[in-house]
Amino acid sequence: MSARHPMDESIDAGRRQALRLAGGGLAVAFLWSAGAGPALAQMSARRQPDDAAAAAADGNPPFAPNAFVRVGADGSVRLVMPSAEMGQAIYTGIAMMLAEELGVGLDQVKVEHSPPNDALYGLPLLGGGQITGGSTSTRGQWQVLREAGAVAREMLVAAAAAQWHVDPASCSVARGVITHVPSGRTLGFGAVADAAGKLPQPANVTLKQRKDFTLIGKPLRRVDSADKVNGGTQFGIDVKVPGMKIAAVKTSPELAGTLGRVDETQARAIPGVIDVLKLGDAVAVVGEHYWAAQRGLESLVIEWTPGVNAHLDTETLVAGLRESSEKGPAIVGRKPKGEAAAGGKLVEASFVSPMLAHATMEPLNATVHVTAGHCEIWTGTQVPTRVVKEAARICGIPAEAVTVNNQYLGGGFGRRLETDQVEQAVAFAKQVTYPLKVIWSREEDIRHDRVRPLYFDRISATLGADGKPTSWKHRITSGTVLGRWMPGAMGKDGMDSDAIESAADLPYDMDNVLVEWVRHEMPPGLVVGWWRGVGPTHNLFIVESFIDELAHVAGKDPLAYRRSLMKPGSRALGVLDLAAEKIGWGSQPLPARVGRGIAVGSPFGSHVCAIVEAEVTPQGTVRLRKAVVAVDNGITVNPSSVQAQMQGGLLFGLSAAMYSGITLKNGVIEQSNFHDYRNLRINEVPEIEVYSVENDEAPGGIGEVGTAIAAPALANAIFAATGVRLRELPISRTQLAASPDALKRVASTGEHKEDVA
Amino acid sequence: MVTLRVNGEDRQADVPPDMPLLWVLRDVVGLTGTKFGCGIAQCGACTVHLDGQPVRSCQLPVSAVGDRAITTIEGIGSTAEGAKVQQAWLALDVVQCGYCQSGQIMSATALLARTPNPSDHDIDAAMAGNICRCGTYVRIREAIKQAATGEVHGLQVVVDGSTT
Repeated sequence: MSARHPMDESIDAGRRQALRLAGGGLAVAFLWSAGAGPALAQMSARRQPDDAAAAAADGNPPFAPNAFVRVGADGSVRLVMPSAEMGQAIYTGIAMMLAEELGVGLDQVKVEHSPPNDALYGLPLLGGGQITGGSTSTRGQWQVLREAGAVAREMLVAAAAAQWHVDPASCSVARGVITHVPSGRTLGFGAVADAAGKLPQPANVTLKQRKDFTLIGKPLRRVDSADKVNGGTQFGIDVKVPGMKIAAVKTSPELAGTLGRVDETQARAIPGVIDVLKLGDAVAVVGEHYWAAQRGLESLVIEWTPGVNAHLDTETLVAGLRESSEKGPAIVGRKPKGEAAAGGKLVEASFVSPMLAHATMEPLNATVHVTAGHCEIWTGTQVPTRVVKEAARICGIPAEAVTVNNQYLGGGFGRRLETDQVEQAVAFAKQVTYPLKVIWSREEDIRHDRVRPLYFDRISATLGADGKPTSWKHRITSGTVLGRWMPGAMGKDGMDSDAIESAADLPYDMDNVLVEWVRHEMPPGLVVGWWRGVGPTHNLFIVESFIDELAHVAGKDPLAYRRSLMKPGSRALGVLDLAAEKIGWGSQPLPARVGRGIAVGSPFGSHVCAIVEAEVTPQGTVRLRKAVVAVDNGITVNPSSVQAQMQGGLLFGLSAAMYSGITLKNGVIEQSNFHDYRNLRINEVPEIEVYSVENDEAPGGIGEVGTAIAAPALANAIFAATGVRLRELPISRTQLAASPDALKRVASTGEHKEDVA
Repeated sequence: MVTLRVNGEDRQADVPPDMPLLWVLRDVVGLTGTKFGCGIAQCGACTVHLDGQPVRSCQLPVSAVGDRAITTIEGIGSTAEGAKVQQAWLALDVVQCGYCQSGQIMSATALLARTPNPSDHDIDAAMAGNICRCGTYVRIREAIKQAATGEVHGLQVVVDGSTT
C-alpha cells in the first residue's frame, strides 16, 4: 500500500527499512530510524556483548542464550521483558511470542522487568532506544522475539540430541520437554540447560508456520492478572526500601515560574515531618509517611517568583497558532500530483484541538537513593535508559553507576515517556542520605503534565460534479513533541512526521492532496508530550470530520461516500465494510436526536473503523448508546488483548472528546483533579462490539488505534443527530443545546435515502 | 496509638487521629494494595470495606474507623463474594494496568453482598465512583454479571496448560 504513497519519494533508506519491519503499513511516525544516525542499537535473538553481564546480574542461570530467555537447572523458565507493561498486555504478548517458539506453556513461565540497556532491548523501530511507545512493541519485536525463542529451543534440543546421540531433527518440543520421537525418550529443559549453555548458537533457525502456532492466536490469560486482582502487583508507588522517607512536592504553579522565599516554621512543627528540600522551581516536604509530608507541604508559606508566562492564557495560545497557520512558514508533508481540475465547489473549515493531560491512575512517583558515587532508582517508566542518562547527569556520575529498577506502570499513555518527575526526584534525593520516595499529588500530576499539544488546523477541499474531492489541502499548526524528544528524527526539511501522521497517509484515493505543517513553538515551561494515539488522534479527528462534512455537502451517505473514495480490496475498506455490516448501517431509521458516525483510518500499521451511535438530549447532553469497532491488525497475537485494547482505547478517546481539555490562565493549568478534569465513568459507557479481520499480514499496533479513531466517530454521530458540526473539542454542551435549528433537523437524519450501501 | 482490625488481624499504628486510613494502610501498616488516585474521593482507587461497607479511605480519618473491621484487597478473597468477583475478573481478564482494580473489586464485592443479582442500573450506581483510565468498564460490567449469576458473560480467556 505504501508503494503508491507520494511521500515514499522522500522516504530514505532507513525509513524504508522501518516500514518493512512494520509490515508495510502506512505509519510514518514513531518509525524514526531515519533520523537516529547510523549507530543503531540492534535487539538480537542471539547473544550480544552485553549479555554476559546482564545474565550475571540476573543470577547467572545455566542457560541464558540471549537477552530474553533464562532456563534454570530445575527447568524453570524466566522471560525478560524488553518493553514496559502499562496495561496494554505487552508482557503477555511478548511471553507468547517467546514461548511459542521456545516450546513452553504460558503457565510455565515467569516474566521479569528488564534492566535498562539499549544495546539489548533497544527497538530499531524507535531509533534503537529501549522505549515502549507508538504502538510498536509487537510489530517491532514480532520477528526478533520469535527468533529468540527458536534459538533457545534449538540449543536445548541440540543438547538433548547430543546426549542421546540422535539427530536433532528427530526431536520435538512441547511444554518444556524435549522428546526423541522415534524412541519416546524425554528430557526436561532443566536437565539439558547447562549443556545447552555451552553449545554454539545456531546461525539460522526455522520459525513456525502460522498454522502450527499453539499459543499465538489464542485468547490466553494475561501473565499479570493474578496479582492485579489481589493487590499483589507492585507498582512504582508501592516500592518499599529500608529507611525510605516520603516526600510531597509542589512545583511553581505558573509554568516557568520559580521558587522564592519559603517559610517552613509551621511545617517543621508537624509530627512526622523530617525535611524541607528546595529546587529552583519546586519545594518538597519529607515525612515519615505521605500524610505528614502532605500536611507539611500545605503548611509552607511559599512565595513564587513569576516567570515569563504570568499573563499567558489559552486564548493567547490559540491566537498565536492561528496567526502562524496564516503566516507560515509551512513545511510540505505531501505534495499534490498534477494540477487540480478547475472549478468545483469549495468547502473550508478550521479546527482547534485542546491540550490534554494523561491522568494515569497511578500518580507520578519515583523512589531514589543517592549514595557516594551511586544512584539507585525504582520507578515505572516507558524509557528506562533515558532515566539512567538523566540521573547520571544530575548526580554527576557515569551511567554505569546508576541502577534503575523498572516497575509495573499504573498507566502510561505517553506520560511515562518523559523523565521530568524522576529527574526532580533525583535532584531532591541528592540532598539527603536516605532513600526518598517522591509522590506527586493528583493536583501536581495534572498541573505539571507534559500535555498533548494544542493544534490549529485549516482544511479545505474542492468537490467536482460527482461530489468527490478534486483537491484537498490540510495545514496543521502546532508545537512539536518529536522536535524536543528526539530531534534527530525530524526530517531534513524540519518536518515532524508525527504531526502529519494519518493526515498525509489517507486511506482515500485522491491525487491532488497538499498536507503541510507549521511549527509554532510553545512558550518556555509549556512542554508538550506524547499522548496516547499521538499524531493520529489529532489528525483523524480533523480528516474524518471533514470527509463526513464533504459527504454531507455532496449529498451523499457518509458510508457510501467513503467507499467511493477507497481502493477496492484495500484493508481500510475491509474494516469500513465490516463495521458497517455489523452495526446494520442504513438498515433502519434511528430515533429522534440519535445519530451514527463513522470514522476510518490506518494508524500504527493497523486499519480501523469505528461507528458510534449517540443521542444528544435537547439540553445538549451527549449519551453514548453503542459503538462497533472493526480492526485489521494483521496476525493477532492475543485476541483477548486486542479486544481489550480496542474497548479501552476507544473509551480513552471518547472520554477526552467528551470532557477533557487543559486550559491555562495566567500561566497556570486551571484543571487539577478528577472533579475538573472529567473522565468517562461506567454509567456513561456504551455497549461496544469489537470485530477483527483475519489475515496473514504482519502484526500492526493496537494500543493506540482505538483512541485515535474515537473522537471523529463521535463527532460525526453528533452531526447526524443534531446537524451541529464540531470544530473544537471537548464537546461543548452549550453549543449543542444552543442550536435549536439544528435540533429541528434531527427527525430526518438516520434515513439517508441515497447511496446507502 | 490506634488498634485497627485489618483483614482479621489486629494492627497497632502510632499515627495522628486525622491521618486518612489510606496512608495508615499504605505507609504504616504496609498494605499497598489499596491505591492513592486522587486524594479527594473522586476516583475510588482507595476503596476498602468497613464492616462490609465500601468507603473511600483517602477521606476517612483513622480515628473514625473505631472498632469496625477493615477489609482491603489483600483480604477480600476470603469473603464469598470477593472470591467470586476475583474469579470473574480473572475469567474475563478485566485488568489492564491494574492500578484502579483494587478499588473496582472492592466496590463490586460490596455491590454483590447487598444486591446479589444486580441490574445494569445497580452496577452503574455502585461503580460510577470508580474511575478506570484504561477503560476496562465493558469487562467490569460483564464480570460483575458473571460473578453474580455464574453464567458466562463476554469473552473468556484461556489458561494455557489447563487442558493438558
